[in-house]
Amino acid sequence: MLLKFDLNGKTQSVDVPEDMPLLWVLRDTLQQKGTKFGCGKGLCGACTVHLDGNAIRSCSVPVSQVQNKQITTIEGLGKGQLHAVQQAWIEEGVPQCGYCQPGFMMATAELLQRIPNPTDTDIDDNITNICRCGTYYRMRKAIHKAAQLNQKS
Amino acid sequence: MWKATRRNFLIKTGAGLGLALGLGWIGKKAIRGFFVEQADKGTLVQFSTDTEPQYWFEVQKDNTILFHSPKIEMGQGVFSALAQIVAEELEVSINQIKVVHSATSHGPIDPNTTGGSDSISSTFSQLSMLAASMREMLRERAVTLLGISLSNLSAQNGYVIGQGKKLSYAQIVAQTSEWSLPDTEPTLKKPEKYQVIGKALPRVDLVAKVKAEPIFGIDATFPGMVYAAVVRSPYFGAVRGVVNAQEASKSLGVIRVVEQPEFVAVLAKSRYEALMAKEKLQIAWTSPTPLLQQKEVNDTVQIGKGDLTVVQENGDVTGLEDNEGNIKLEFHTPLGAHAQMEPNGVAAYYKDGKVVVKMSTQSVKNTRNEIAEATGIRAEDIDIQPTFMGGGFGRRLYTPHAYEAVVLSQEIGLPVHVLFEREQEFQNGYLRPPTHHKLSAKLNNGKIEAIEHQIASGDVAFGSSLVPSFAPTVLGADFGAWRGGLFHYENIANSSVKYWRCQLPFFTSWWRGLGLMANSFAIESFVDELAKKAKQDPISFRIAHIKPDERGQRLIGVLKEVQKISGFGQKVLPEGHAMGVACATDVNTPVAQVAEVKLENGAIKVLKVYCVIDPGLVINPDGVKAQCEGAISMGLSASMFEELNIEDGKVTPNQYLQYQMAQIRDIPDIEVSILSTGDAPRGVGEPPMGPIAPAIANAVATLTGTRMTKMPFKQYQFT
Ligand code: FES
Ligand code: FES
Repeated sequence: MLLKFDLNGKTQSVDVPEDMPLLWVLRDTLQQKGTKFGCGKGLCGACTVHLDGNAIRSCSVPVSQVQNKQITTIEGLGKGQLHAVQQAWIEEGVPQCGYCQPGFMMATAELLQRIPNPTDTDIDDNITNICRCGTYYRMRKAIHKAAQLNQKS
Repeated sequence: MWKATRRNFLIKTGAGLGLALGLGWIGKKAIRGFFVEQADKGTLVQFSTDTEPQYWFEVQKDNTILFHSPKIEMGQGVFSALAQIVAEELEVSINQIKVVHSATSHGPIDPNTTGGSDSISSTFSQLSMLAASMREMLRERAVTLLGISLSNLSAQNGYVIGQGKKLSYAQIVAQTSEWSLPDTEPTLKKPEKYQVIGKALPRVDLVAKVKAEPIFGIDATFPGMVYAAVVRSPYFGAVRGVVNAQEASKSLGVIRVVEQPEFVAVLAKSRYEALMAKEKLQIAWTSPTPLLQQKEVNDTVQIGKGDLTVVQENGDVTGLEDNEGNIKLEFHTPLGAHAQMEPNGVAAYYKDGKVVVKMSTQSVKNTRNEIAEATGIRAEDIDIQPTFMGGGFGRRLYTPHAYEAVVLSQEIGLPVHVLFEREQEFQNGYLRPPTHHKLSAKLNNGKIEAIEHQIASGDVAFGSSLVPSFAPTVLGADFGAWRGGLFHYENIANSSVKYWRCQLPFFTSWWRGLGLMANSFAIESFVDELAKKAKQDPISFRIAHIKPDERGQRLIGVLKEVQKISGFGQKVLPEGHAMGVACATDVNTPVAQVAEVKLENGAIKVLKVYCVIDPGLVINPDGVKAQCEGAISMGLSASMFEELNIEDGKVTPNQYLQYQMAQIRDIPDIEVSILSTGDAPRGVGEPPMGPIAPAIANAVATLTGTRMTKMPFKQYQFT
């Protein structure tokens, strides 16, 4: 099926099965590897992207649902620069293996859209991705730092 | 004695390559030293006397250094630490070094694995020596090129400088076709002169990871690559029967269904199409009867079952277990999963008798050998190009998907990508074995007079193809299973550690820290109970039983420091809070932790963890801290939440979330303090896995009076 959607500010058309999860369209068809596969069942958050500004788990969204919509992935998050969340992640030295990090950064960027200055409880309630390396302690600090950076700019 | 030959060094000049310097030969003295030390610790010896010259460094035209790391970056920060070691002796800035994984076609091949917390401790002296050798060769060349005597030339920031003149390393390389090798062993810097080692520099892979560059095995591609979905056994012991691929072959995008003795795979244009078609395969599986159930696992892994080996024995512990008056406790830990975030993935391309394999593996050499054995391709024609790993934790020591991808690429003549699906990671990878522990002790006058630890465990090292066949004979017991199970309380006259090898009908093996977490949980919880019985402060009680030799002093050091930073036993805690302490020495690195807990709706909430570690010479303190935070988080996750069971031959659960793991809300505040005794680096990645579970359990015991003896702790509810 021929489908069109906006990816990081550019229109993309793909000819793929309509029930193909967005994750695989991004990774395999469009070769955008920043969005990660962790579970394929919407459970880990590694594949988090933004659909019209809302965080979604792209492994569990068929590509037909994004027809004519806007998708932002980690590759486009900072629009050619480092996004405040990425900047905060660097300043706090968050990543270890790095695999879960794009998903967390995408989830955080969306959280800061909704709640610009989240409390620890907001973070606990909204950031439900999984990181096996255990970078959570630094992530919390980085989320607060990103909120500050956003407010400064 | 310093003895280098032309064969040992590989020197190559050429367009775009610059100087590639390799040293296959490594100081024999250093190796012997390592062997004794490592054999003593029960870990494997690193870096054998490989006589083949290999590329380690390349000076590039822009005066940067390409460093081919034989150790694989899996999050532990090894690229950064090794780069700092190289920068120090080569006299270049850290920004001048670009670290890449060493490919087996031309770089150094690690004869062992990336794991066991020894990537830095086992390479530090060799790598320093290599970098210093190269520095000296550059300086000596500059003598001729600049006409200045050696003593007037110094190496700094990638330049050789003297008497107002300077040449960059790249310039020296460009003007050199013949290199002479240093006659004497280069002098290494004294630690007090270090400028790069010991600095909390940002990780060298930080920006790539924040930008999510395609650096993992699962991201690897070749032009024209196709995707395979591989069928793996749905339950333990299942035997594959007839395969009906009619429907699957007709499925959208399918290129071919390949049936091999070991596996069946669907090849398709996209991953999604391959996965969809795989569902349409009809395969007759023969199941063993009866199917394996958890009860059988529990019945198998028990003290008194399996084969017994005495691992450690001092004095006499006869009757300790049977005597009524003695103190006894039993502990259990469940089956666990690695659950590393990146499922195993590999891209392979076979062409004209040679194959290139891009993948995340902790065991490059072993993976290559397995491919060679399975396919008949000569090892030297297999180029493993290691990628970054999305977590390792021992899981990537097992890499059957590598040869699957190679076989499939051979079959179809195209590059192929193979992926472990998450469910397959649980079912078809391998698991952390369950354990059972019995501890008994006798107190006399407030001191432990005799103590015994019996461990029953599924296999860890035994059964793994990585362990040399002599290991069981030399070491007697599975060193992976008893790791952390010996008493670091050597000031006890009578002590014994017994190990029961309980073999399970499925694959259990390496996990972060191997037996360390389970054994520390048992020993350190028990010692806390003994302190209570002896009516003593748990830290002084521990210290009184540690032999104050060099190793013991370091353990005492971390205990005292953790008391200081946490205020354990002294600080007045808010109502409803309590602290617990625990310690461990692993890979010769002592760690002590204090956990502060409270109850929240009847469940345990860990509020803060204080951690003190003494890993000897610290290459990057921020890296050490990150590893402590990570190990504490993983240990907390495993001890509080994680549990697998076997139902009808299947691992259950087999997905995230159902397999409950710590999330950000579960992670406490973590304060790490580093002591640094001695001038050699020791291991860091696993030792902090030891104390976290018993520190939490000991805090909960103080708070509630309940002694938790079973993981996961979530099963305990408090009212
Ligand atoms: S891969 Fe989508 S949530 Fe795990
Ligand atoms: S950084 Fe490795 S899983 Fe999060």
